[in-house]
Amino acid sequence: MWQLLYENLEQTVAVILFGIGFSILLLQRNLIRKIIGLNIMDTAVYLFLASMGYISGRKAPIVVDGVTQTTAYINPIPAGLVLTGIVVSVSFTGIMLALTIRLYRRYHTLDIDEIAMLARGEDA
Amino acid sequence: MTLVHNFPFFCILLCMAAGIFTSVLKPKAAKALTFVVAGTVLVLSALTLRLTLQLEEAYPFIMGHFPAPWGNEIRIGRLEALMATGFSAVLLISLLAGMWHTSNFVSEQKTNLYCIMIDLALAAVLVLIYTNDLFTVYVFIEIMTIASCALVVVRQNGHTLVATTRYMIMHLFGSGLLLLGIAMLYGITGHLLMVPLHEAVVNIVQTGEHMGPLTVVIALITAGLAIKSAMFPFHGWAPDTYAFAPPLSSAILSGIISTAYIFVLIKFFCRVIGLDVIISQQITPFLFVCGVSGMIIGSIMAISQRDIRRMIAYSSVAQIGYIYLGLGIGTKAGVEAALFQMLVHAAVKSVLFLSTYELVNVSGDHKHFRYLHGAGYRNVPAGIVFTIAAMSMVGIPFTGGFIVKLNLAISGIAIGGWVRALVLIALALSTLLNSVYFLHTVVSIYRRPAQELDYPKPEKTLPVVAVALFTSVLLIIYLGIGSEPILRVIETGLKTFS
Amino acid sequence: MSKRRSDWESRPQARFRKWYKEGFLALDNEIIDHLTRTTELPENIEDRLIAQQEEMTSRQHERTLALERLDQYNMLAWARTRGRKAISRLYVILALALGAMMIFFLLETVALMPRFGDPATPGANIVSERYITKGLEETGATNIVAGMILDYRAFDTLGESTVLFIAASAVLILLRIDRNKDGSPVQELIAAESDDRHYEPRNDRILQGSAMILTPIIFLYGIYIILNGHLSPGGGFSGGAIISAGLILYLDAFGFDKAGRFFTYKTFTWVSFFSLSFYALAKAYSFYCGANNLPSGIPLGTPGAILSGGLIMPLNIAVGMVVACTMYIFYALFRKGGL
Repeated sequence: MWQLLYENLEQTVAVILFGIGFSILLLQRNLIRKIIGLNIMDTAVYLFLASMGYISGRKAPIVVDGVTQTTAYINPIPAGLVLTGIVVSVSFTGIMLALTIRLYRRYHTLDIDEIAMLARGEDA
Repeated sequence: MTLVHNFPFFCILLCMAAGIFTSVLKPKAAKALTFVVAGTVLVLSALTLRLTLQLEEAYPFIMGHFPAPWGNEIRIGRLEALMATGFSAVLLISLLAGMWHTSNFVSEQKTNLYCIMIDLALAAVLVLIYTNDLFTVYVFIEIMTIASCALVVVRQNGHTLVATTRYMIMHLFGSGLLLLGIAMLYGITGHLLMVPLHEAVVNIVQTGEHMGPLTVVIALITAGLAIKSAMFPFHGWAPDTYAFAPPLSSAILSGIISTAYIFVLIKFFCRVIGLDVIISQQITPFLFVCGVSGMIIGSIMAISQRDIRRMIAYSSVAQIGYIYLGLGIGTKAGVEAALFQMLVHAAVKSVLFLSTYELVNVSGDHKHFRYLHGAGYRNVPAGIVFTIAAMSMVGIPFTGGFIVKLNLAISGIAIGGWVRALVLIALALSTLLNSVYFLHTVVSIYRRPAQELDYPKPEKTLPVVAVALFTSVLLIIYLGIGSEPILRVIETGLKTFS
Repeated sequence: MSKRRSDWESRPQARFRKWYKEGFLALDNEIIDHLTRTTELPENIEDRLIAQQEEMTSRQHERTLALERLDQYNMLAWARTRGRKAISRLYVILALALGAMMIFFLLETVALMPRFGDPATPGANIVSERYITKGLEETGATNIVAGMILDYRAFDTLGESTVLFIAASAVLILLRIDRNKDGSPVQELIAAESDDRHYEPRNDRILQGSAMILTPIIFLYGIYIILNGHLSPGGGFSGGAIISAGLILYLDAFGFDKAGRFFTYKTFTWVSFFSLSFYALAKAYSFYCGANNLPSGIPLGTPGAILSGGLIMPLNIAVGMVVACTMYIFYALFRKGGL
């Protein structure tokens, strides 16, 4: 199994990073660290996706010199999917950071458990 | 291709264009445009439904110049058209009943941003219903997540901020799992459009190669969508979010958006993987157990609530449990019962949230039960509507909820064995628990208060609101009495769905 | 010879020695002492108001109030001390176990996935074959990926631009501070603006000098990347991000007054609106023609020229402008709640 994991090294690392990011998002109480965990998790998925397009010995999918055989270029589909995914990740990071700013201005702490306790005391 | 074939595409485009256009409009114009869009989508979807009832097969609509598997496409069949009509009808009724009070929750300069969110949420729901491509599903699920987050946080107080943060964190988990599942599925099959993907999956199952990754993919995508639709162990975000959001947002969120995620899951099961593979991989027992637990534990938690909005939010978790029970039974009849429950849940839950707001409004804006005594006399339409919606939730005959429980029971009985016993016991127990808190609420809103409390004079109920609420009551009763045609459409639609 | 320097305490060797002797706690305590040392109030009345405000709304004050309120409930007091420690320790262990289990199952899956770089992967099938062999003649773009995302799978890119637009609207809901009905500023806006003016780099010679040289180059580079999206790696998204970086650099160096001369809130609204409407209408026309088998009548041009690829270059420009505006408005909203 170690040999198989070593052959798919990019996917192995991506999956380990995904688990690490997932655990950070779950465990950390500080909001900024949760956002960092989210970014690690998403980036790991893009690494996984991008590693599926590569075919050894071929070049990036930009047509040069009119060469359009399939054997000259790698698979272009995962690159397009990663482009879309990066934009989605940036949007989510922006929204989470805006929420963090509002929460900090109101409660002056970044600890999610403390914020939950403080908010419970308010009336609806 | 006649003009009517293009109507679903026009609906989607109209909602997206309206969302973009609303960014430069004034508040009044924005609200008017939202009404116009919801009404137009309802009319066009109804015409599409009429068209698909005349056609035998579902037809694909190519988005671009290239057919599948090279370009994107959407697919229009009876089931999709029925769900689109149902959801847009519920949305129009909710808007008519709830838009007039948004000035209490949304500041005036941000009203056009609120309307953008409603338009784009409707666009995303329509795309998720009609789409035939897995990556489009991911992108528009993200749009729906952001739209629902903004629908809640537009009311600026501490509770909504905390609830939204918890909501976003859990939904980002779900999105991450979903994207990893889609990436792996692309890795083992090489397709993103659902029809070629199904052929590749059948190939994988037959040859047995990459079977392990396929199981993991199914697990990842199911977990991602289950987190997003508040299935039992992952429902932690739901009560706070539904309770503290503005009532129109709660109605849209719990009625339409949460059920749209389950429709995507059903589409993934039926069209991409195939129900037989799902059953052979033992996914359905897991959904069954989670559905039953959700039904029972949601109702138990709802009994202990003193705030009426949180009570209805927990009952929403229980109703989603019914849908997963239907899916977990694992037969076509179970899936049909689940789809019918989706329509009934959309109709009933939205009107529950809106009539609750009306009752709370005439009780001096207090949400605790002891202030709500006699609210049924102070606001007669809202009281009647709440009563009939509560009857549907409990499952009293002549309402939609009764037909749902009947169908779930029938599909459970058809299997036999311990599944049959478990389904019947769970349905009976949950009906009993539902009646405890719902009938208790109905009794307490019609009780004369012990001493006459002094409530501030509320604003008068607009006639439009009363008309909209009564229309939804008629819809609930129609779903209870005349459900046969709808069930037949669901059955025939499910045959051509895969 | 062995007399110590006067700044010995802050040199790396001293800090390493201190860490080695006493551990991280001593370093942390030193930093905390340094931060909580009381500084004298500044002379400027604006700064004094800000300092007073900060002191009044300090974290300790709120926390003690809230904790006093919570102390009324015995259950919460137990939960805060003993129960909470036990529950949080259990939570940490369970969550770590869940994470480890998930990594283990996913690693098992990766071992069974198709090999990396294998020419016979399932991904190299008829779909990617058509994109590579016929992509140039069907879309007119030399960059196959740009042709794919803006022509073959254009609906997903429309969804992606909508995600960016809806995220900007959500951040506007959260962070924008609105004026009163008659246009006069609210208390919150005055506080945010004075806060921002307090922290903004004012007339920093180095920043302004380098911004004067770098900003035009950055804009030019961004425009080059957008316009060449269909010929070489790039496109609307990356080019838009570069242009927004240039805008943010300009804003940092010269302040809101100078940047407001050419980029106001109205600019943002109308540029976004026109770009997105153009994108939506162009793609709607393309989808309608495609689904109903009508020829779309947009020329594809000669491959390799700048004006080629049909609609791809105008769409790249629209997307680039939307991305630039969105990133810039994120920055401005985070700084002071508006432009």
